[in-house]
Amino acid sequence: MNDQVSNIKRRNRTDKTAYVLIIVFAILAMVPLFLILGEVIIKGLPNFNLRLFTEVTPSSMDAMLAKANGESIPGGILNGITGTLLIVGLAIILTIPIGLFIGIYLADHQSSKFAKTVSFLTDLMQGIPSIVVGIIAYAWIVKPFGGYSALAGSVALTIMMLPMVVRSTEETLKMLPVSLKEAGLALGSSYTNVVFKVLIPSGFGGIFTGILLAISRVMGETAPLMLTALGASIVNWNIMEPTSAIPLLIWDFYNDPNLVELVWSSSLLLLIVIFILNWLAKLIARKWKI
Amino acid sequence: MENMIIENKVEPILKLNEVSVSYTPEKKAVNNVSADINPNTITAIMGPSGCGKSTLLRAINRIHELYPNITITGDILLKGESVFGMNPMDVRRMVGMVFQSPNPFPTMSIYDNVLSGYSLNGIKLNKKKKDELVEESLNAVALWDEVKDVMNKRGSFLSGGQQQRLCIARTLALQPEVILMDEPTSALDPISTNKIEELLLQLKEKFTIVIVTHNISQAARISDKSMFMFLGDLVEYDDTKHMFTKPRNKKTEEYLTGVFG
Amino acid sequence: MKDKIFKGLLFFSAIFILILTAGIIYALVARSLESFQEYGIWGFVNNSEWDPRSATEEYGALSFVVGTLYTSFFALLICIPFSFAVALFTGEYFKGRKVASVVSSIVDLLAGIPSIVFGLWGFYSIRPLAIELGVNAQGFGIFTSSVVLAVMIIPYASSLSSEYLRMVPKNLKEGAYSLGATRLEVITNVSLPMASSGIVSSFILALGRALGETMAVTMLIGNTNNIPSGLRDTGNTMASVIANQFGEADGLKLSSLIAIGLLLFIITAIINLIAKLIMNKLTNV
Repeated sequence: MNDQVSNIKRRNRTDKTAYVLIIVFAILAMVPLFLILGEVIIKGLPNFNLRLFTEVTPSSMDAMLAKANGESIPGGILNGITGTLLIVGLAIILTIPIGLFIGIYLADHQSSKFAKTVSFLTDLMQGIPSIVVGIIAYAWIVKPFGGYSALAGSVALTIMMLPMVVRSTEETLKMLPVSLKEAGLALGSSYTNVVFKVLIPSGFGGIFTGILLAISRVMGETAPLMLTALGASIVNWNIMEPTSAIPLLIWDFYNDPNLVELVWSSSLLLLIVIFILNWLAKLIARKWKI
Repeated sequence: MENMIIENKVEPILKLNEVSVSYTPEKKAVNNVSADINPNTITAIMGPSGCGKSTLLRAINRIHELYPNITITGDILLKGESVFGMNPMDVRRMVGMVFQSPNPFPTMSIYDNVLSGYSLNGIKLNKKKKDELVEESLNAVALWDEVKDVMNKRGSFLSGGQQQRLCIARTLALQPEVILMDEPTSALDPISTNKIEELLLQLKEKFTIVIVTHNISQAARISDKSMFMFLGDLVEYDDTKHMFTKPRNKKTEEYLTGVFG
Repeated sequence: MKDKIFKGLLFFSAIFILILTAGIIYALVARSLESFQEYGIWGFVNNSEWDPRSATEEYGALSFVVGTLYTSFFALLICIPFSFAVALFTGEYFKGRKVASVVSSIVDLLAGIPSIVFGLWGFYSIRPLAIELGVNAQGFGIFTSSVVLAVMIIPYASSLSSEYLRMVPKNLKEGAYSLGATRLEVITNVSLPMASSGIVSSFILALGRALGETMAVTMLIGNTNNIPSGLRDTGNTMASVIANQFGEADGLKLSSLIAIGLLLFIITAIINLIAKLIMNKLTNV
């Protein structure tokens, strides 16, 4: 009897210890987020001003002179902002129609061997490391066209976004009750109309969320753009020319001792945009629960 | 197995001629069913699970064609014309379908749901015609008074029974000839079921209704003629009153008295 | 008919993936050929020399393969207790409660932070720490990059593991409780075994993620072309050497870098495939 009692005592102690350990480690896992956010906000806020949005990056020389005179660094990241808009915007235009169509196809042909192969290859694409995506876009666009360009950057980002949009479209459509499609067809509608007027509107929440998450994922990507868009010190809207982007600028600033203070305000902007996109995605996912 | 062909002076609106449906080459889900269905009648198709009644029903408006490995032999004639020779979209406009679980389109308002047969087909109507059609259809299903003030809201807040009546209204709006119903009340409570059964009795004045049901008493209550199917065969097809009181086939009798099913 | 056109469009979109894949393989393989022809595939992979000087040009992937494996496995090791704890926290102990969704939201936010920002944090916060701890003089190297990498992959392992834990049927656990088991015992005897395939595959996926990580590692690993001798040493990973040296490269060097990219592609693909196979085993059981 005593054995059993001490046994229970020991087991309870082990149980409680595990409980405490789990909580401690879980809390520790959350700490880095606050550390990073804290650092970015504290160091980024001072330089976070209108200039950030309206002026292009200063040259290294200007920055050095300004610092020598005790002034704050002139310039902002306008070229990065417009570059990101251009590159990501073009990538979105390329990704959405193709991604949607493939997602619709896969949701409708779940048992065919062909569809399973396409699905497998889509997953494969999703796992490609970002730098390798850069190499691929480099080989497809930069080399043949003879130069770095926003287009190459967009192609790289499209390769990264496409599998995400395909997956979320497919999963969303698969979750819709089959009777919805049948009811539409039973009214004599064409398949095309049922897809566009019933299925996609009904699944809009999931589909749109997937798109937003894909965008927020590629917004912060640096590596693929290093090999494709390269960067530029001026605002550029020509997709065939090298273009800047916010992450590329952060990398440039990091590598330049005269400009390095600017990394924080740029990172702050990047984080704000990414978090807003994520928050929007969560909001829409919740609101559109049909 | 007996196939009853009823003598009648009226031209049947729907003729099933030796219809067989199979999912796999070896097994037939529906085996050589022939039957004539007269206009303005309610025909019930009964039978235990797996007897092929839903499969048969879904062949009539060709909705089975969504699923590629299904083969059909035999013919189905709608007003004398083979449905397989017609454009399937036309068939489905003339032969409407109501499903087991009410499925109003979740992103459309009640108003738009009723008219969805037109909008999905790209048919444009002027506002006056639309309003008329909506009121007429919702009146026909006794839903007009209940929803006339909330027409622009989506249908998800309606009760199950109301949603199902909305789905019926949506079908009626296209003014079909025949309405197919696949266990339309099995997901509903008794009161809603009752309302819908009354509705069907009224609707048969204008439409022809074929209803699959696993509820024997429902068939007894509302149908003029009944089919009993078992393992894909049409075992018996007769006037309901007659089949229930004096079934010709032993299997029918066993089913109706609850020996199995 | 409109439907025929639309369905054709859908079909061709699906074919597009096949075309893309072929294009990807072609892009990587065609441009690696020069390097493979020069050294032979095994010769290239097994060579730890990386000398870009034109007189003594010689390239080999070994240093970077080792660097990648070192950083990724060490990162995985570090992240295991934390991801596990978060998974148990949200999937078991506080499952369904508000605090669990708060914790998982916070951890998920970590996944949204771009690699370059992690690199900055690593440079300004972890590197000084490494110098303090006496890891090495400059603070760069395997240790620092692994630590930051570990933080980056915590959310990937934890969210998937949490999902699998949540799928363990309630009545199984209740059965164990009713026999007098403690919470920990139910977890170790019921929940973990049931969710094991899913949990293992989620960590493998996290590993796959770590293998391909570029920016943060590039900023913290020291960028030297040797086989790292240990945690204190600097080195390069396959991803970081490409990021660092692609810019001005051409000829044999460029081909070698692309060959490394191909290698990285294959390794991550295999790891992800293994993870998927293990996950499928779970759903087929």
